[in-house]
Amino acid sequence: MKITEPERQGIARCFTKTGALRALAVYAFWILATIVVLSAVMVIAARNPVHSVLFLILTFFTSAGLLVLIGAEFIAMLLVVVYVGAVAVLFLFVVMMLDVDFVELKQGFLSYLPFGLLVGAVFLAEIVLASVSSVGAVTGNFDASPGADTNTEAIGQVMYTEYLLLFQMAGIVLLVSMIGAIVLTLRHRPNVKRQSIAKQTARRRADAFELKDPSSGQGI
Amino acid sequence: MSNLIESFGEIAGFWLVLGQIALFTLVLLLSIAFLLLLDRKVWAGVMMRKGPNVVGPFGLFQSFADFGKFLLKEIVIPAGANKTVFLIAPVLTCTLAFVAWAAIPVAPGTVAGTSWVVSDLNVGILYLFAISSLGVYGIIMGGWASNSKYPFLGALRSAAQMVSYEVSIGFVLVTVILLVGSMNLTDIVNNQTGGFWNWHAFSFQNFPLIVVMFPMFVIFFISALAETNRPPFDLPEAESELVAGYQVEYGSTPYLLFMLGEYLNIVLMCAMMTILFLGGWHGPIALGDDFARDYALLTSLSGLFWFMLKILFLFFMISMVKAIVPRYRYDQLMRLGWKIFLPTTLAAVVIVAGYVAYSGVQS
Repeated sequence: MKITEPERQGIARCFTKTGALRALAVYAFWILATIVVLSAVMVIAARNPVHSVLFLILTFFTSAGLLVLIGAEFIAMLLVVVYVGAVAVLFLFVVMMLDVDFVELKQGFLSYLPFGLLVGAVFLAEIVLASVSSVGAVTGNFDASPGADTNTEAIGQVMYTEYLLLFQMAGIVLLVSMIGAIVLTLRHRPNVKRQSIAKQTARRRADAFELKDPSSGQGI
Repeated sequence: MSNLIESFGEIAGFWLVLGQIALFTLVLLLSIAFLLLLDRKVWAGVMMRKGPNVVGPFGLFQSFADFGKFLLKEIVIPAGANKTVFLIAPVLTCTLAFVAWAAIPVAPGTVAGTSWVVSDLNVGILYLFAISSLGVYGIIMGGWASNSKYPFLGALRSAAQMVSYEVSIGFVLVTVILLVGSMNLTDIVNNQTGGFWNWHAFSFQNFPLIVVMFPMFVIFFISALAETNRPPFDLPEAESELVAGYQVEYGSTPYLLFMLGEYLNIVLMCAMMTILFLGGWHGPIALGDDFARDYALLTSLSGLFWFMLKILFLFFMISMVKAIVPRYRYDQLMRLGWKIFLPTTLAAVVIVAGYVAYSGVQS
């Protein structure tokens, strides 16, 4: 006997339940949402660029928590694996390696501010429009895995049937960009000494050693 | 968690969940204390030394003595260090190592299909993968915040190493997910019932796949060594080149937290290998469904025993590797990760996917 689906869904489904569990989920939402907003503000407000990236990571991670809360656990984990585990590490790498002058970095802040506000406003408007127009998204009866038991299945079913072409095209775009990056950076320099692993492992004792028995005072 | 709350009421259920978490933490901490001693004893045994043997009989309480020493020492923060990040880094490492254990099922539940686990996640494998990919931050932050060259070099090495080996670990996980058809760790363990020949490392239920799955187990083992910065892949803390890598500037409790996180991660990797490839809590010979139904509690306890025994065995293997194998050179490490493991695991994913698609092992 398998355990039933409601048991398995964990706290994700509690969002639609009544009583204390719902209250718990609501508290969790407010805490996470506050952290997301504050850390997102700190990304642009922090003086040290490394701190900015660390706050960016916190933002990603807490957003993943919000996704778990609405039952989209698969997307939440992917967000952590891809953005926090890989992309942000590279960000952090680059920022740490740069020799940045912190004072100089902040000088253009005011002149960029109107542009940043504009982009932010457009983004906000888009999200509000999208959530108002799509049915059920903001009503609380949101189903993260329509037509399937789990979020993973729901995504897989849609991605590999209806949107197969788009999915494959995205793959090709990524492949092209990867090849592009390799073509741009790969340079064969003739004078560089390279190791031949096959040669190294094929080397035997007889090739490397020779026993000599020089008589005293003569040398080899 | 929600089923506990449903069956015991809101308040009692909440405290039961907290109690579960406390129990897990306590057992883990105690096990780490003795596993650390085992590690040192094995290492000493290979070198024909005695190892720690002063505190308590056979040195059994050595770890507790070390623990007290680390707690009582003064915390030194280097001049010019980024104080907050410097102190957050070890806490982060240790916390992440603990958090990952929330998804590990340790024994079968008394009701069929359930297990003893804090949180039976649908995406258990992905959760573990995500948490272990975060582990690199503790090291990078510690190395950078120390404001010193050796820790920074160690941190950069470690980040590159962990990102490289995560790729092959990810593909190995995909082969197991394909075989089982679920990312739930309890489902993965239950897919390996009926004797040791059905464990994923041997995969006799899908006979031709032993050619693929056993190498995948070996690759996962080696990648786990690289992922946890264990010898022979301990380049981030290579003492002959980098003093002690990212933790040069750490002492006292922050160092203790780094150590604790490191060993918790090693045991976590052992637990993952047990669950994914060695049948989790299933013993080598199946006792049958009747036995499991009639003696439910006994089945659970024997499951716990087998699970711990397998973890112990894998931990012993990892200790032996540390004692016996010489350290890799950095370019060899990168070559192994990107040029050997990545193509091999990618090919394995294709083979397993093809097998699953055409043989119909999954319902």
